[in-house]
Amino acid sequence: MVGAIKIERVVKRFAQQDAEDVIALSGIDLEIKAGEFVSLIGASGCGKSTLLRLIAGLNRADEGTLYIDAEEIVKPSYERGLVFQNPMLFPWLNVYHNVAFGLKARNVYKQNKAEVDKFIDLVGLASFHKSYPHQLSGGMAQRVSLARALVNNPKVLLLDEPLGALDAFTRMNMQDELIRIWQERKTTMIMVTHDVDEAIYLSDRIIVMTPRPAKIESCIEVDISRPRDRSNPEFLNLRTKILRILDFAGNEKEPDYYL
Amino acid sequence: MKNRNVWLPILSGILALVVEDLIGNSSKHTPAKHPYFIYFMIGLIAIFTIIAIISYFNPKLKAWAQENSLFIAAMILFLNVLNIVTKKMALLPVIFFPSLDKVLGVIIEDWAFLATCLAASGKLLFTGCIFGAIAGFVTGIGVGFSKSAAYWVNPLIRILGPIPPTAWIPLVLISFPTTFSGSSFLIALAVWFPTAVMTSSGILNVQNAYFEVSSTLGAGKYYQIFKVGIPAAMPHMFIGLFNGTCASFITLMTAEMLGVKNGIGWYINWQKDMMAYANVYAGLIIIAVTFYILITLLFKVRDYLLVWQKGVIKW
Repeated sequence: MVGAIKIERVVKRFAQQDAEDVIALSGIDLEIKAGEFVSLIGASGCGKSTLLRLIAGLNRADEGTLYIDAEEIVKPSYERGLVFQNPMLFPWLNVYHNVAFGLKARNVYKQNKAEVDKFIDLVGLASFHKSYPHQLSGGMAQRVSLARALVNNPKVLLLDEPLGALDAFTRMNMQDELIRIWQERKTTMIMVTHDVDEAIYLSDRIIVMTPRPAKIESCIEVDISRPRDRSNPEFLNLRTKILRILDFAGNEKEPDYYL
Repeated sequence: MKNRNVWLPILSGILALVVEDLIGNSSKHTPAKHPYFIYFMIGLIAIFTIIAIISYFNPKLKAWAQENSLFIAAMILFLNVLNIVTKKMALLPVIFFPSLDKVLGVIIEDWAFLATCLAASGKLLFTGCIFGAIAGFVTGIGVGFSKSAAYWVNPLIRILGPIPPTAWIPLVLISFPTTFSGSSFLIALAVWFPTAVMTSSGILNVQNAYFEVSSTLGAGKYYQIFKVGIPAAMPHMFIGLFNGTCASFITLMTAEMLGVKNGIGWYINWQKDMMAYANVYAGLIIIAVTFYILITLLFKVRDYLLVWQKGVIKW
């Protein structure tokens, strides 16, 4: 198995004009096993997207080191695929060529042509090969974006609120799709989300982060057998627990928002 | 789509012929060698009759004919009125407003010479535009992607760009070995500026996320420039090219009227000096038709290359 991530004492600051640096991450330590599905959850400004960008290699940490399978992460690589909230499909390419982009960029398209069709089929868009992004719905575009990242056979798939812009029904469909792809490909998945239910439904482990200073508050193992039922009492208990951490970390106040 | 009668242009054409036949010519106009206006109208009537008949079997042509029949009929009516105002009544100064017979006569009788003029202009325009567009794209891409290129080249663009290319004529006339090379340089300059500016602005406006996505998909620097930056900037590049082409027409005409001893702009100027206004109009008509065709071609190329953009941006 490949795709283990190790994060050691990572600090990230953002310089600001006329003000002190904002500390986006203050000494993060985290290990993610190969093939694990991990969610990063927390309020805005807790540094979860920053952490994901560091893992992707789009930004460098100011202190500390990130490793993938014991190799230091210094720059972006196709081994760490990234899916944004906004699908960011290349509008000048049709679905087929969007998915084929990674293979062509790496100059391995000729040997792997069949992969393109395979992944378009995997996300259920077999009849949309020739469509341009502006002709697709939000959910379809996000599927293409997923296929585009998967075609490179990445060791790790980084998902930055991938379903955040979708409506509730499309969202639940896509969650099942993600689970199916994950179980089939055995890729390590690291997902940033705002949605507690989504995190519990999908993840093996949930990393709860809190802002000011941005740090990991707790890691919660999700020991519910799959496929998971959103109305199962275990599910609901876990949800209460996470919401409590998120809302009033360290506060004993009873939650009064439901039940 | 309005349900207009596809026979309107033919009706308008017949009306023009009737007027031509019934009203006598003014004695102030010297008659042309042949009644070219009648030939022209008969030609138009024949073409639009064929179109009208085919349109009953071809829905695509029918839609086109229904959409445009009123406009075409109005244009034919305009020619009809022009014919009345000039040849029939001589209401306008005869020397500056010759009869349509004369203007058409120049195009038909003088076509070989006009064609050589047009070819000369075309060669000049083509040379200038190709070099200008290539230089513009290269400059724009360089400035868009390289900070140090932007540092050195941007001020140059800002200083040289706004100077009308024709203002360089005195300098160009003495520094280029031939008027052809000098004029192509001027045209290239006219195309270069808008193309360079729009290309670099297009590249600078590409969302950074596209580059980030492509780097996580394994794209190297040059792959990102050519497969992400340039396609994303293509709509801007076309606007620049379009503006440049229009500027090149202006420069071409001015250059020809000032220095070059051949070409359609030179022809117009020469005929104006000879007080041969029928030839001037003939030249203008040829320029209008040629530039219309060139711009239409440019739009077709754009529609083909930017098919992905349909419904995203309109201009």
